[in-house]
Amino acid sequence: MSITREQLESIARLARLSLSADEAPQYAEGLSRVLALVEQLQGVDTRSVIPMAHPLPGQRARLRTDEVKETDQHELYQRNAPQVEAGLYLVPRVIE
Amino acid sequence: MTELHLMTVAELSASLRSGAISSVELTRAFLARIERHQRELNAFITVSPDRALAEATRADERLRAGRGGALTGIPIAHKDIFCTRDEKTTCGSRMLANFISPYDATVVQRLREAGVVCLGKTNMDEFAMGSSNETSWFGPVRNPWDTARVPGGSSGGSAAAVAARLAPAATGTDTGGSIRQPAALCGLTGIKPTYGRVSRYGMIAFASSLDQAGVFALSAEDAALLLSAMAGFDERDSTSVELPVPDYVAELAQPLKGLKIGVLREFFQGLEAPIEELIRTALDALHAQGAVLKEVSLPHLPLSVPTYYVVAPAECSSNLARFDGVRYGYRCEKPRDLADLYQRSRGEGFGAEVKRRIMIGTYVLSAGYYDAYYLKAQQVRALIAADFERAFHEVDVVIGPTTPTTAFALGAKTQDPVTMYLNDIYTIGANLAGLPALSVPCGFAGELPVGLQIVGPHFAEGRLLNVAHQYQRESDWHLRVPRGFG
Repeated sequence: MSITREQLESIARLARLSLSADEAPQYAEGLSRVLALVEQLQGVDTRSVIPMAHPLPGQRARLRTDEVKETDQHELYQRNAPQVEAGLYLVPRVIE
Repeated sequence: MTELHLMTVAELSASLRSGAISSVELTRAFLARIERHQRELNAFITVSPDRALAEATRADERLRAGRGGALTGIPIAHKDIFCTRDEKTTCGSRMLANFISPYDATVVQRLREAGVVCLGKTNMDEFAMGSSNETSWFGPVRNPWDTARVPGGSSGGSAAAVAARLAPAATGTDTGGSIRQPAALCGLTGIKPTYGRVSRYGMIAFASSLDQAGVFALSAEDAALLLSAMAGFDERDSTSVELPVPDYVAELAQPLKGLKIGVLREFFQGLEAPIEELIRTALDALHAQGAVLKEVSLPHLPLSVPTYYVVAPAECSSNLARFDGVRYGYRCEKPRDLADLYQRSRGEGFGAEVKRRIMIGTYVLSAGYYDAYYLKAQQVRALIAADFERAFHEVDVVIGPTTPTTAFALGAKTQDPVTMYLNDIYTIGANLAGLPALSVPCGFAGELPVGLQIVGPHFAEGRLLNVAHQYQRESDWHLRVPRGFG
């Protein structure tokens, strides 16, 4: 399994990662090696095997009642934001 | 009296409660050791002397009032993956280099309530992705047994800190071996509990179906003390298990007579001879205490590494999508537009290994590949879990080495990701199956420590700690101190 330059660019775009031109060959090589390792799985007979959905047998997602418990702390949380104005997160203009 | 930094948590606890020492005195002693050795080891990302001394003062008041528990006044270090309120929590990444957590992780909160003093936050592989602590934005950590070698990863800072006696214990997390592998490489006792046993709330997510918090300590008894305070149901973690926490300390005393140990055939394949010899010697010692040894085979276990490198990256690519340069974390300079803001903030904020794993995950989950990779891996994962389940019908615990080699040189495995990934060949199985597992020191190959791994059925933490404790009653490997740190 070898990852081409085009595939790498497409994966990086899907993952929203910028890659510089000089990093690209190194990532293509690394990804190819990992996918070659993973290729071993193709030889395993998994017909009729139910894929594992939870590490603990019989456990299911726990549901809770829909009630307000947390208080509004947006000012506290927004202290970590790179750019905020009037309680809003700022990003570059999206609509011209 | 033994020097404070050489004492176990159990010993320190007795001294604190008898009034022989104060928490402030103890905390000062460890802060001084951190200051002396930080440059050499780089075990910490943040040291918090003022906060630690304030906490120690409060602990002393509690102790004087006779309200101290087993951990009141004990200083420890937290892996920098656990959110600590009003304090930097970086996860070893440039992405979070300036992140001040607005809340405490449940693990941090519970230990705080038990009166534990936090000395600081330990270095780690970026987002817990690594086996050598070389992917940290804050630089590599060095192994106190040989500073030219790695301490293991991803909880390398916690392991190095405890091994060098800069803290008597530390927290860690284990997604594929990140507690057990560094515990083995640094000569410590480290336990990864059953999936869901300890809350993941406030523990920065890597692979949510595998991540679990645990501890590094000098002894199984100390690990039992800490785990007792950390474990238990938490409604803020959707996969936290609603089961009472047994008394791990009380379980330590059980004799091993009649214990059925499975000697895992697959764990001895490709193992270096000096390590195999030490593991066999440790098994003989357990046999001499009355345990029965039986060879068991887990035929799908050799597929752990490829299975993990589909499942873990898939979950990581999804978890790390939250870092967008908008709400918190690193933002690139002068973004041209929104797409550029996302791509460059993530491209510049994440390091190479994290980007590699995000891309593997993105690829295996992308349209047309999901069945071939992700679904297939979850099927093989089910086969691995079934192998363990079958083994636990026959034996109480399975034992083998923790790692295929001792600590390797810095830079030795950074060129090829697969070479690095194979370090976790013996530890990943327990994560895939959600099982508790522990590493305990069982000797030295040359000058370097070797770890014995004990894996048990779900929720058998007490039994694992018991086996380790009984082994430690008859051995002193766990009390050896690296040269220069005594």
